[in-house]
Amino acid sequence: MFDWLPQNVWFSVGLKVFFALMMIGAVMTMAGYSVLAERKVSAWMQGRVGPNRTALPFIDYIPIIGPFLRKLGIFQPLADGLKFLFKEEIVPGHVNKFYYYLAPLVALVPALTTMTVLPFGQMYWPDGTTSILALADLEVGILFVFAVSSLGVYGIALAGWSSNNKYSFLGGIRSSAQMISYELAMGLSLLPVFLWVAVPGAQESGLSISGIANSQEGAAWLFLVQPVSALVFLIALFAETNRLPFDMPESETDLVGGFHTEYGSFKFGIFFVAEYAHIVIGSAIFTLLFLGGWHFLPFMNDPWPANWIGTLLGVGWFLAKTVFLIFFFIWIRWTLPRFRYDQVMHLGWTKLLPLALANLIVYVIIVTLIDQSNSTPF
Amino acid sequence: MISPTKEELITINLNGLEVEVPNGMNAVEAAALHGHEVPHYCYHPKLSVAGNCRMCLVEMGTPMRDRATGEPILEEDGSPKIGWVPKPVIGCATNVSSGMHLRTESDLVSECREGIMEFLLVNHPLDCPICDQAGECRLQEFATDYGRGYSRYVERKNVKPKRTRLGPRVTLDDERCILCSRCIRFSQEVAKDDVLGFVDRGSFSTLTCFPGKELSNNYSLNTVDICPVGALTSTDFRFKMRVWFLKESKSICVESSAGCNTTVSSREGVIQRITPCRNDLVNDTWMTDSGREIYKTVRSEDRILRPSVKGEDQPLNETISSAVNILQENKIGLVASCHSTLEEQILTKKLADLTKAEIFLRGHFGEDDGILLSADRSPNLRGALVTGLIQEYPEDNLLALNDAITKGDVEVLLVMNEDLIKSGISEENLAKVKVVYIGTHSNSSSQNADIVLPGLSVFEKGGSFINRSFLLQSFELCIPGPVGLKSQAEVLSAIIAQLSNEECISTNLDSIWELVNSGQIDLLSSITYADLKVAPVQLDGSRWSQLNFVEKEALNYRPLAS
Amino acid sequence: MAKTVVLERKPLSLSERTYLPQIVTGLKTTFSNMFKPKVTLQYPEEKPVIPNNYRGVPTLVKDPNGREKCVSCQLCEFVCPPKAIRITPGSVPDDQEDREHVEKAPQEFEINMLRCIYCGYCQEVCPEEAIFLQDQYSSSGYSREEMVNNKQKLYELGGTLPDHHYKWDKKKEAEELGNAH
Repeated sequence: MFDWLPQNVWFSVGLKVFFALMMIGAVMTMAGYSVLAERKVSAWMQGRVGPNRTALPFIDYIPIIGPFLRKLGIFQPLADGLKFLFKEEIVPGHVNKFYYYLAPLVALVPALTTMTVLPFGQMYWPDGTTSILALADLEVGILFVFAVSSLGVYGIALAGWSSNNKYSFLGGIRSSAQMISYELAMGLSLLPVFLWVAVPGAQESGLSISGIANSQEGAAWLFLVQPVSALVFLIALFAETNRLPFDMPESETDLVGGFHTEYGSFKFGIFFVAEYAHIVIGSAIFTLLFLGGWHFLPFMNDPWPANWIGTLLGVGWFLAKTVFLIFFFIWIRWTLPRFRYDQVMHLGWTKLLPLALANLIVYVIIVTLIDQSNSTPF
Repeated sequence: MISPTKEELITINLNGLEVEVPNGMNAVEAAALHGHEVPHYCYHPKLSVAGNCRMCLVEMGTPMRDRATGEPILEEDGSPKIGWVPKPVIGCATNVSSGMHLRTESDLVSECREGIMEFLLVNHPLDCPICDQAGECRLQEFATDYGRGYSRYVERKNVKPKRTRLGPRVTLDDERCILCSRCIRFSQEVAKDDVLGFVDRGSFSTLTCFPGKELSNNYSLNTVDICPVGALTSTDFRFKMRVWFLKESKSICVESSAGCNTTVSSREGVIQRITPCRNDLVNDTWMTDSGREIYKTVRSEDRILRPSVKGEDQPLNETISSAVNILQENKIGLVASCHSTLEEQILTKKLADLTKAEIFLRGHFGEDDGILLSADRSPNLRGALVTGLIQEYPEDNLLALNDAITKGDVEVLLVMNEDLIKSGISEENLAKVKVVYIGTHSNSSSQNADIVLPGLSVFEKGGSFINRSFLLQSFELCIPGPVGLKSQAEVLSAIIAQLSNEECISTNLDSIWELVNSGQIDLLSSITYADLKVAPVQLDGSRWSQLNFVEKEALNYRPLAS
Repeated sequence: MAKTVVLERKPLSLSERTYLPQIVTGLKTTFSNMFKPKVTLQYPEEKPVIPNNYRGVPTLVKDPNGREKCVSCQLCEFVCPPKAIRITPGSVPDDQEDREHVEKAPQEFEINMLRCIYCGYCQEVCPEEAIFLQDQYSSSGYSREEMVNNKQKLYELGGTLPDHHYKWDKKKEAEELGNAH
């Protein structure tokens, strides 16, 4: 991929670090602006205006653009972040200090780690070859995502436990229970996808995210082929990211603030960012798996040329889909009320899990039939 | 003054019910005895009957008798026929007799009241928002209860002088006066200082002082108390605080051994005024003007607010410990006080026994006015006798102590509230001794004291006094004391506890009384503080009849036979 | 008496039981809401319209002759549920010409706006129509002391309101026109 660069170990490591930092910057920025989007969209849906006061010097004085940006609240995430930084650092006396400080990091790190395997586009080289734009395009990327993203729950459970507060504790417990319940359905819902992609003779690995994304080029997007899988995965995704209507861990009405009741200032900010980072990455994964990734539309070949312009357009298209999904997350949040805890468990175990299983069996049969008809008899 | 023979009960018919009342009582009191209020302005239970307000009109009737035979005339159903007096009569001047029928709640009576109220209010200004009487005004109350609720008077109201100075302490608002003449009768009958009277006629009638005189006697503020409206106002309390903010507590006047019962009105811990509280055994419904001013000492400049050792402020506990260190020496003199409460005197006695101290006590004497200001200007001299602090009647000085110091018999002094220099201790003698002062106000003793332990004033603690007729009366806490201070009883019991290495005597008054009941003082042994709070207790003072008490015969007081 | 009718609830259809169509309906509703006009009032720039009888900050008013109406009867202090009002009564000197027949006036009148709950009882109870809750609604300060409106501030805020009574003038009239004694 980087053949044109000097072949020096330190240089390539440095480059990787540089790319990783860029990636982190991109995801964190997106997470920050998801917060803004959340506030803006919720305001619009409720007939309000949303944040429209934050102004930066100089930029705000530019005619038309400055006031427009201010009304859009474009600098609000900056202000929010600074606020978290400058708030008084309060540590309640009854917490377990070590784990209390550890928890936000444990929550954030998996969210950021998953993005190492997140492909976000396809590079068209001048010589006609293509390669996937990702920090590490793993053959078993999706497994890595599952493995790592589930670790995020440790942060929440740890926060709940170390806070020594019954509300926090309940929040943590609920979070882990919810994670276990929906992880099953989530995994099962994806198996048909792998089966479908990894048909015999397929070029791509069924477990490679980029492979799954590329398999949808010029063909049906997978959510059309496997609507039930997509639905179950989407619902499970909501549950995994602790978004309404599944935000059991922090449900304010019954748990005050849930797992982060005792958290304030920057530690709370990290939880906050981690939650939105999860959403960003979740949206990206759903886009890659079911919405064709960076490919244009179902049943259509990419209309962009196979050069650097095409690369950029592909990445842009991928981002557009992801942003729409983030919007969808927000949209759902301000539409649906929160489930009761038992309803969450009920839905996960008695509805989604059987549904995912049935879906798997049906697709196993279908794929087998297709295989039978395609393969030459021994 | 009506003085009915209260022993003999007769039966009258009050509003259709047979009730028993003392013979000769007037109709207002008789009705009140059975829960029927007869409104009145000019009538006052402790003054003569004038009958000029006409508010207490009631219907009165007696069983008819045949003029010829003297036989009772009966109705058809056999009950005696009542001959009702054709017009209503004033209740205050109607003394009940056996078989009398009274109606205090008939239609005629309420019409009368409404009419009288209308007449009284014709020229009464709409001053309630600024009137100090509002809230405890009879006119206001009865206008609500019996008035018609609106005015038919369209003419202009009278305008009269509103700020007439009747005396140094009393201001008259002429417009509000309803001419009940209570103040005039009080001045004549109780204060024996006949200075007030009405002049002019009709709506021009005005209360005024006789030419060249003013209402300046020491009982002038009682006219303000008995004024049923806001005409007579206390110059001191005028416009100071509305009465509905005041918290009222029962207390006892410490001005003299008369022991007037008082009502202390305070708001948020600040005393606003002192008024007399009716007690027919002691002060009827009166008290002196000078006694009302005592509340000003609570927040006076010379109040001691912090415990100190050799002039330096110290925490109370450490000050008490230093006091205990000094008191462990020999040759202790203890200056007790007849201003202390009975409970404090009991503890003082206990302390004196413990330290083997010699007790000195000074009496405070002045002129006797024959009413409620007795010659003994301390509230509890008889308490000192009862508790055994003194056996002899004290002198108005401490010369005995001065001699004792001169001789070197006393090296340490514990002084309760007494000014040593003014009591005849010479300054060089005062310099010889170590002084522990327990008291409320700064004086020569506290200024020369090694240790000053501030106490609480009589309004800031509970306790009891024995007055000139050996009546043991309790009083309650009226306002909280200054921050961090404890009552003299608590300070004394802390000192006693540290000296005797015993546990502190619980400082609430009930437990001090338990100490008393354990038989130390035979005269008090059957009394508990709980009883005392309900009603005063008359003690038998006959064993001190040979002492030469300074009090003269006065209102409700007769000196012990001697 | 109306009889209570218990309605039979229809069994849910399959699509209703999946809950998904309802979610879609909800999404439609929220989405369409995004484009409706906003109700937000951009406060410091735009001010709300104050209705009549609005209960704003309590103020003291003067009558059109410029005399203070309050006579410090302390009824407002008494009735005030959060005990926000504190009055120090004072008397008016006899010889003050523009305040003839006024005997009593507040020496100090304080309303603690940190305690005030804007209930309007003080206005209702005032026998002299001297205290009014007018249209000021924004009171702020940097310290607790600043939030206590003293007499001067209260008259500043209150200004002069029309008067129907002219109590003192009537009294003066009565004195001059013959009922004086």
